[in-house]
Amino acid sequence: MLFASNFKMILMAAAGFAGPLAMTAGLPSGNRDIAASGDQPALIELQPGSMRYRVAGDFTRAGKPAEAPLATVQILQPLAIMKQQVSAADYQRCVEDRACVALAPEVIVAADRPAVQVSWRDADAYARWLSRKTGETYRLPTDEEWAYAAGGRWQDDGVPVDPNDPSRRSLARYERESQLKEAADIDSAPRLIGSFGVNENGLLDLAGNVWEWTNTCFVRKALDEAGKATAKSTVNCGVRVMEGQHRSYVTDFIRDARAGGCAAGVPPSNLGFRLVRAPNAIERWLGL
Amino acid sequence: MFTRRTAMMGAALAALILATPALAQELKLSRQKVELVAPPFVHPHEQATKQAPKIMEFRLVIEEKKMVIDEQGTTLQAMTFNGSMPGPMMVVHEGDYVELTLVNPESSAMPHNIDFHAATGALGGGELTMVNPGEQVVLRWKATRTGVFVYHCAPGGPMIPWHVVSGMSGAVMVLPRDGINDGKGNALRYDRIYYIGENDLYVPRDEKGKFKNYDSPGDAYVDTVEVMRKLIPTHVVFNGKAGALTGKNALTAKVGENVMIVHSQANRDSRPHLIGGHGDYVWETGKFSNRPETGLETWFIRGGSAGAAMYKFLQPGIYAYVTHNLIEAVELGATAHFTVEGKWNDDLMTQIRAPEPIPPKVQGALQPTTAKN
Repeated sequence: MLFASNFKMILMAAAGFAGPLAMTAGLPSGNRDIAASGDQPALIELQPGSMRYRVAGDFTRAGKPAEAPLATVQILQPLAIMKQQVSAADYQRCVEDRACVALAPEVIVAADRPAVQVSWRDADAYARWLSRKTGETYRLPTDEEWAYAAGGRWQDDGVPVDPNDPSRRSLARYERESQLKEAADIDSAPRLIGSFGVNENGLLDLAGNVWEWTNTCFVRKALDEAGKATAKSTVNCGVRVMEGQHRSYVTDFIRDARAGGCAAGVPPSNLGFRLVRAPNAIERWLGL
Repeated sequence: MFTRRTAMMGAALAALILATPALAQELKLSRQKVELVAPPFVHPHEQATKQAPKIMEFRLVIEEKKMVIDEQGTTLQAMTFNGSMPGPMMVVHEGDYVELTLVNPESSAMPHNIDFHAATGALGGGELTMVNPGEQVVLRWKATRTGVFVYHCAPGGPMIPWHVVSGMSGAVMVLPRDGINDGKGNALRYDRIYYIGENDLYVPRDEKGKFKNYDSPGDAYVDTVEVMRKLIPTHVVFNGKAGALTGKNALTAKVGENVMIVHSQANRDSRPHLIGGHGDYVWETGKFSNRPETGLETWFIRGGSAGAAMYKFLQPGIYAYVTHNLIEAVELGATAHFTVEGKWNDDLMTQIRAPEPIPPKVQGALQPTTAKN
């Protein structure tokens, strides 16, 4: 155990060292910092690009449970995403404007604390409020956008699926999520913003102990024998994809998932969010 | 002259001489020192024994300390036997003597004792074991009844429930010398044994609803009793903490193994249920002289007792072991997980069709319009 956590610290130190080096080496980031001003939050504008990504949702192939396919995510336009999770103090301003539901009493309201124990509905209400305040369009990222921004901190949640043995998948998923939790070795108490460091794109606290809502709905897709999508699919937007230490699917009105959504599995510690700013009309017209 | 009467008096005198130093009296039995292990594990033991009755030596050291009882970091000013909540399980055989050294170190703030439900007399030993900080006591009692039994601290008056809901309980298992059986004379043996101690905890909240954190048990006492008297626990946990037996600490088993689960609750009723499995043989009241019930879905643990359930896992996967008041299981913490490796049995369960959109209604004889004709 001691060895494991020392090892982890070494890894973290190595990662922290690699970050600034990578930036000075001028790797293909070209990311732009957009400083906060007035109601506008600090953003990082990521350049377009692509990444390999495990599609969210449940999949069947020829009618049998199957592993979700790997796909290539294409981000075609610059993606402006909040540098940090929405703070409890910022969320509180929306509450005071009577546009958001109050935070739970145990949430510490401060500028350096994340807004936690918020539902997808709370996050969506905040996005609409912030859009009205700023005249811009803010929304939750899609799961693909989140993964792209998270880069190295995004976790592939693929697990082998044996259509003839449903226990394989559940055991593998349980094992993986338990290991991630063990490796992270952090309790569920929310920490100061920035406590979980910065990723290669300059974003703070990805995959710490605050999971983030995305706009992606839970989808069950049927693939044919060849792995091609068929018309058979079910979309349930009452459940949204959350990203963090591992991907989770959480009902949109849940503010606290710590007790777990089902009998087995490792639940998210805290539910928070960050937003993306959609390109405005001129940017869209310019193709920026 | 040596009369029958004097002989009898002599015998009586001899008996008296023997009886007077009874507390210090050596029994002519062999001794075995047992190293206790923290729950959910149980120290190595024979399930059936050919040995003659022995004196089984155990040592419990009381530890008052602050413990974290959920993943949010809520703390409890806990009182424990050997530092774990629940205290460790002790296993002996019928006819053995339990010889316990109870140590209350100088660092404690309060006197403590121990009441064994399996023992006979003196309030289960509670009267003879009260130790102040800096003291220790040795108690010997004979295991005359088989089964699983609760032990707990019972230092008198309002201290009793408070010490119990602060963590001071554990279990003793007294096995028949020839092991347990199904009540029809067939021996039963387990491949693994787990001890799950359930605690109901009562943590005061501040005016904003946040759980309070106290510097000492004494500071917590008044507020805690107020919560206790409303009888609604803030936490119901296995092994001392919500989530203590999940994730990396989930219990393990293999398909085909017989697993014995001993469940104790020193204060409040509980209803264990293994989601996806059953209780093959269940001693709901925990006493092995009674025939076990078979094939149960849920069993009942009366507050102040321990029960035992044996199950052979037949299917691999994740199982949740809960108290089937699901509010307590999910919201208050009483959930453990088993991860079970092995080969899936299609005959027991198969997903015939994976979830898919509901197919459009089939036209045919059963359509309402047709049915009217």
